[in-house]
Amino acid sequence: MFDVLKINLCSPLTLAFALGVFARLVRSELSLPRDLYTSLSIYLLFALGLKGGVELSHSSLAAITWPALVTILIGCITPTTSYLVLRRLGRFSIADSAAIAAHYGSVSAVTFIAAQQFVTQAGSPAEGFMPTLLTLLEIPGIQIALAIGAFQMSRMPRQSEGDEPSSAKRSTKELLHELLTSRSMILLVGGLVIGASVGDSGWKAVQPVFEGLFKGLLTLFLLEMGLAAGARIGDLRHTGVFLLGFGIVMPLLHGSLGAYLGSLAGLSVGGCTVLATMAASASYIAAPPAVRMTLPEANPTYYLTAALAITFPFNLIFGIPIYYAISKAICL
Amino acid sequence: MKTVPLCLITVVTESILKERLIQVIQDCGSRGHTITNAEGEGCRHRRVGEILGDNIRLETIVSEEVADRILQVLSTDYFDRYAVIAYQSSVSVVRGEKYV
Repeated sequence: MFDVLKINLCSPLTLAFALGVFARLVRSELSLPRDLYTSLSIYLLFALGLKGGVELSHSSLAAITWPALVTILIGCITPTTSYLVLRRLGRFSIADSAAIAAHYGSVSAVTFIAAQQFVTQAGSPAEGFMPTLLTLLEIPGIQIALAIGAFQMSRMPRQSEGDEPSSAKRSTKELLHELLTSRSMILLVGGLVIGASVGDSGWKAVQPVFEGLFKGLLTLFLLEMGLAAGARIGDLRHTGVFLLGFGIVMPLLHGSLGAYLGSLAGLSVGGCTVLATMAASASYIAAPPAVRMTLPEANPTYYLTAALAITFPFNLIFGIPIYYAISKAICL
Repeated sequence: MKTVPLCLITVVTESILKERLIQVIQDCGSRGHTITNAEGEGCRHRRVGEILGDNIRLETIVSEEVADRILQVLSTDYFDRYAVIAYQSSVSVVRGEKYV
């Protein structure tokens, strides 16, 4: 266990993230241009989709059916448990509970990539169709948590007379359109389709850019994530101890559930670890804009700090090796 | 030069509201607008620019009635829920018919 933790702590990804946090803590002037952040996230998501698509073309439908079904099940369970814990135990407002639950129901693509890199390095690579599962998990978690929030809020008495504001309120159709056409969905699903259609021969032509540069650019992205997380560390004072505990304990519970369901679906140790990491991670690319638009009453400090400054570093440093150990114990 | 007095409405807000606010000002009767990126800090919370995008400054030159309508919609639908500031100022423009 300590060996894998050591491998993880000494990886360029973790160290780049730590450097980003350190730079913020010492108030360094270092910052990456916003356009670079956008470009890197586009590259990473598209590369992930393309590579996953090529691998998908090698997989049979039978092999992917059960893992896909348990992924959707995880997408339904994690936002619900997160909401209930935040609302009942944490006494958060409906909007804040639903907003945070939407982040924990969805999945962090960067944590997913870090888990994939980890299991490959540990000698048990995950199944090739894992990026397909990533796209399956991205949407339902956000939708379910926002639906719970909207439903619970509609049962509350109105504070002021009159109906909900007309131009500020969005329909489910609009929200679904936004989520399905979001940057991450288009790049991931589009990449999967292109990768699956071009197969190995087409992949070889673009491989130097989308595989050769991948780890290096991911390391640069992790530096930026460290800067963003470091900027939020001060906000931990405002979020309270409960959210700190939630951001660590909930991923452990969801991760264990993911590893267990992954083993039931017949995934390998590597596959179970990656599925567990997906279940445990909290989104910070797809979820924040969807939540801000739909639940403006929720305080962004809570959900961004929990996802970015607590759960993301926890998963990156300790979570992934722990899910690996759990998966190994379950699968063997 | 002959100029016409009109109202300049300036809205500084979160960039995720861009499309919706353009719709709002068009529905109220605005015939054009200018959008620029904006940075700053408000009285409530630090802005969450790194993930949710930066702020925008939306400007439109309209008649007084349209300006009233825009400010009315902003105050009933947006002020409580989002980071929005809006103000009206008097401007003198040439080619007044372009804006109303």
